[in-house]
Amino acid sequence: MDITLTINGKSYSQDVEPRLLLIHFVRDVAGLTGTHMGCETSLCGACTVELNGKAIKSCTMFAVQAKGADIVTVEGLASDGKLDPMQEAFWNEHGLQCGFCTPGMIMASKQILDRNPAPTEDEIRHGLEGNVCRCTGYQHIVNAVKAAAAGAGK
Amino acid sequence: MIAQKFEYTAPKSLDEALHLLASGAKPIAGGMSLIPMMKLRLAAPEHLVDLRALKDLSYIREAGGQLHIGATASHYDVESSALLRQKCPLLTETAAAIGDVQVRNMGTIGGSVAHADPAADYPAALQALEAKFVLQGAKSERVVGATDFFVDAFTTALEPGEILREVIVPIDDARTGTSYQKMAQPASGFAIVGVAARVRQNAGKISFARLGITGLSNRAYRASASEKALEGKSSTPADIQSAAALVAQGIDANSDLHASADYRRHLAVVHASRALKTALSRIA
Ligand SMILES: Cc1cc2nc3c(=O)[nH]c(=O)nc-3n(C[C@H](O)[C@H](O)[C@H](O)COP(=O)(O)OP(=O)(O)OC[C@H]3O[C@@H](n4cnc5c(N)ncnc54)[C@H](O)[C@@H]3O)c2cc1C
Ligand code: FES
Ligand code: FES
Repeated sequence: MDITLTINGKSYSQDVEPRLLLIHFVRDVAGLTGTHMGCETSLCGACTVELNGKAIKSCTMFAVQAKGADIVTVEGLASDGKLDPMQEAFWNEHGLQCGFCTPGMIMASKQILDRNPAPTEDEIRHGLEGNVCRCTGYQHIVNAVKAAAAGAGK
Repeated sequence: MIAQKFEYTAPKSLDEALHLLASGAKPIAGGMSLIPMMKLRLAAPEHLVDLRALKDLSYIREAGGQLHIGATASHYDVESSALLRQKCPLLTETAAAIGDVQVRNMGTIGGSVAHADPAADYPAALQALEAKFVLQGAKSERVVGATDFFVDAFTTALEPGEILREVIVPIDDARTGTSYQKMAQPASGFAIVGVAARVRQNAGKISFARLGITGLSNRAYRASASEKALEGKSSTPADIQSAAALVAQGIDANSDLHASADYRRHLAVVHASRALKTALSRIA
């Protein structure tokens, strides 16, 4: 089946099997390996990308369902060598250790601030329920989201 | 994990979708239950018809004194609907308690209800709301109430070839308070037990009570013994406690690695009491 998706502003067309998962399209067809496959079972959030403005788990969507959609992956955040404020906040606040969960954490964290520019700590934790980190214990991730929110409010 | 091969259609109209379903295709909505099952090969449909392609099926609107929710309204659409927040806060509260942000962005009310997972959240609220479901096939349409709709685990009144097109819920007056309380399974967020309460007070007495329970048994049900025990009571802590104690009466409770049957029954009583207290405290 022929589909065209826009990823990070660039258009990708490919004849795909309907059973191809969106994450495989992103990683193997578009070659964007920043989006990670963690659990493969819809639980860890490492594969989170933005689809038409909404954070979704790309391991739990067929690429054909995303036909015509506008997708943003972690590679699409920095522009002209300048990090996105959320990436900057993860860096400053040590919001990562091994970094495996980070692309998904950052995409989910951006969704939190898109919908609520000044979240409480509880709201941040509620917003990250779909993302698992085996290293940080989450506190520094929560701090990073707070810092990004404070920075955006300045 | 790769699903078995299948054919995929994004239909242009509801008629086209129903026509394909009548010849054996299976609907996919948010895919949040179906895709994990297909990846595990617990499901292997040969042909999927994507209901999300039908752009006008995700409405949330008020008509004829009731609220109408299109099948493909996502959990996020429901959670963030200003109309529902004002006129049916039980539904927004329940939607916000489902899974996680990514699941709520994709999963739909129609998919959740049609799937009828015994641990799903919506069925508790929809039982308490005495919701009606519009089921549509290629040739006919019918309306089924919540008590008849949920038949057993993963089993509903839907016939092959039918889709759940719309969920209808009532608009309550200001003397009604509601609440949904759940004990979530920490990994997925599914309800180990979830209780939705809807109570009305008149001159200091409970005039009407509805309790929907999910997670405890194979299907979400109405705790009618508790409901009867509440009617006419003045909602003292003792009244609530004795009504909540009846919530699992006559129910064959599920037992699994997350919770034993006894623990589930205990949780049902605790959460029924919490849901009732919170619902009563919300009466304007
Ligand atoms: C990580 C994770 C956590 C979750 N946590 C929770 C939770 O805490 N609480 C909870 O309640 N749920 C939870 N869910 C399930 C989620 O709510 C699903 O969205 C929902 O069960 C199915 O809705 P869907 O739109 O994704 O349906 P799909 O997965 O697309 O479909 C499910 C089934 O319903 C059928 N179907 C879909 N739409 C229709 C229709 N309109 N008419 C007839 N049949 C239809 C499909 O053929 C399929 O058999 C979770 C899911 C995941 C992946
Ligand atoms: S890889 Fe998609 S949720 Fe874990
Ligand atoms: S930083 Fe290692 S999993 Fe999160």
